[in-house]
Amino acid sequence: MFWKKFLHNPIGMIGVVVITLNILMAAFAPVLATHNPLTINVAQQSEEPSAQHWFGTDEFGRDIYSRVIYGSRISLYISLFSVLVATFLGVAIGATSGYYGGWMDNLIMRVMDAIMSFPAILLAIGILAVLGPNLSNVVLALGIVYTPRFARIVRGSVLSLKEKEFVEASKAIGNGDAYIIFRHILPNCTAPLIVQATASLAYAILAESMLSFLGLGAPPPAPSWGNILSDARNFMMDNAMMTVFPGLAITLAVLGFNLVGDALRDVLDPRLK
Amino acid sequence: MSLKTILKVEDLTKYFVVGRSLFNSGEVVKAVDGVSFSLMQGETLSLVGESGCGKSTTGRLVLRLIPPTRGTVIYQGQDIAKLPADKMRKLRSDMQIIFQDPWSSLNPRMTVKEIIGEGLRRQPELSRAQRKKMVLEMMETVGLRPEHYDRHPHEFSGGQRQRLGVARALIMRPKLVVADEPLSALDVSVQAQVVNLLARLKRDLGLSYLFISHDLAIVEHISDRIAVMYLGKLMELASKRQLFAQPRHPYTQALFSAAPTTEVGREKNRIILSGDVPSPLNPPKGCRFHTRCPLAQEDCGQLEPEFKLLAPGHWVACHHPLND
Repeated sequence: MFWKKFLHNPIGMIGVVVITLNILMAAFAPVLATHNPLTINVAQQSEEPSAQHWFGTDEFGRDIYSRVIYGSRISLYISLFSVLVATFLGVAIGATSGYYGGWMDNLIMRVMDAIMSFPAILLAIGILAVLGPNLSNVVLALGIVYTPRFARIVRGSVLSLKEKEFVEASKAIGNGDAYIIFRHILPNCTAPLIVQATASLAYAILAESMLSFLGLGAPPPAPSWGNILSDARNFMMDNAMMTVFPGLAITLAVLGFNLVGDALRDVLDPRLK
Repeated sequence: MSLKTILKVEDLTKYFVVGRSLFNSGEVVKAVDGVSFSLMQGETLSLVGESGCGKSTTGRLVLRLIPPTRGTVIYQGQDIAKLPADKMRKLRSDMQIIFQDPWSSLNPRMTVKEIIGEGLRRQPELSRAQRKKMVLEMMETVGLRPEHYDRHPHEFSGGQRQRLGVARALIMRPKLVVADEPLSALDVSVQAQVVNLLARLKRDLGLSYLFISHDLAIVEHISDRIAVMYLGKLMELASKRQLFAQPRHPYTQALFSAAPTTEVGREKNRIILSGDVPSPLNPPKGCRFHTRCPLAQEDCGQLEPEFKLLAPGHWVACHHPLND
């Protein structure tokens, strides 16, 4: 039912294709890359795209095509894991808060509101400034930044689900809270969670690029789309092509996740069934 | 029918606080206010009343699905309102509930096997094969076919779903079943099937029912005794025969006169009550029914009538009962 609907959604399928290509690109980076992304070649600095360097070279003579290919690894890694962290924290916080209610719920949700009131990037920069910029801290920072969205969604679903009679029936049978939450409540809030997760993947790719652009993401010389773009920025006047390709990669990946997210929303929204 | 009391409810009360915020202490909804009754073993006691009178809340309080504000629920000599949580969980299998809405009472993601078998999870001594056998037996008891074993709730009709709910409750081998309007979401033809199923199961398994309903025809069919509820309080409690032959409370009389009858030529004197049920937020002073009672006198608005015994087994809360 779900798959049939989803497969008939052309926009979603485009998104799936784009994402799949992205994942393949990351998985087969060593095969696809024509050069070592880290090899510096002083003789070929800032070249225009050519047969040898398809996307041209950067100011150190590194092959931009290979750097963009390898960059997909870091971008996907960070977006995937930061969304996983956010989902995990958000589900735990939202479910506890919504299920038990009371002043705890109030307190937790106000904290979530406080986190949400900061612009995402600013907060991530703040957290990274405290923790220090490295790959796992970027994951953690973005994870924390996106947690409130998940917590809110889960809490909302839990609030309505915990009043359902099948939850009361389970209580009447003698089941405990943990069993009820894991068996009856969480499985029924997966739909909005999936939608939120796909949308967040897109945001996270963008956020990672921005952080790298600002020098807080993946530490150089490792390539990520953000820092390739950041490096290229200095040479935009001489060699505009340097900025085009990493920018395009970011755009495509974000577009892919957004298309899938929109399609999932359409398919999973019960009001449209 | 043996006369052993299985359940004794005294002064059961539930107040809900609504609209409480930081700057507002909120208002109190007196959903159930001092309800007392007892249930004999093997008996069906019906709880009737209009929507919002607190009958479903009473059912949930009896099972301690929600904690009472005040009062005692004595099940086989133990006050379960004060029982610690772990002891309560052991007692839970003894008392089960069947819900009104067969659509929201079954988890849409579980299969029949999981829904009915859920209660067996807490009996680790059972083997997988034993569990399956018990589930299949229970399915047969409630009239579901073995091929339904792996299906999901959305593949069933309302009546079948309600049978599923019954099976889930009865596999626990309960002694007391609270049936919270189990028929009101079903078609009339299906209602008959489920009513007969409930009656048969009661006979075969020796169950006691607290049957919550607003459908007087069904109540007349299934009950031994009937309690009439209005705005969180019991108005009258008597055997079915006594109550239908001679209602003593004006509200009972009005309620019964509003029920359609199938008897030809039986002239009915319909009593039309004026106005709406007052809000339980601010129930009327004195007798809760006095604002709509056709026979209200001055004292009705002042003093709350006691719930007292008028005749053997016939309890009424009224200052001026009928046929007195």
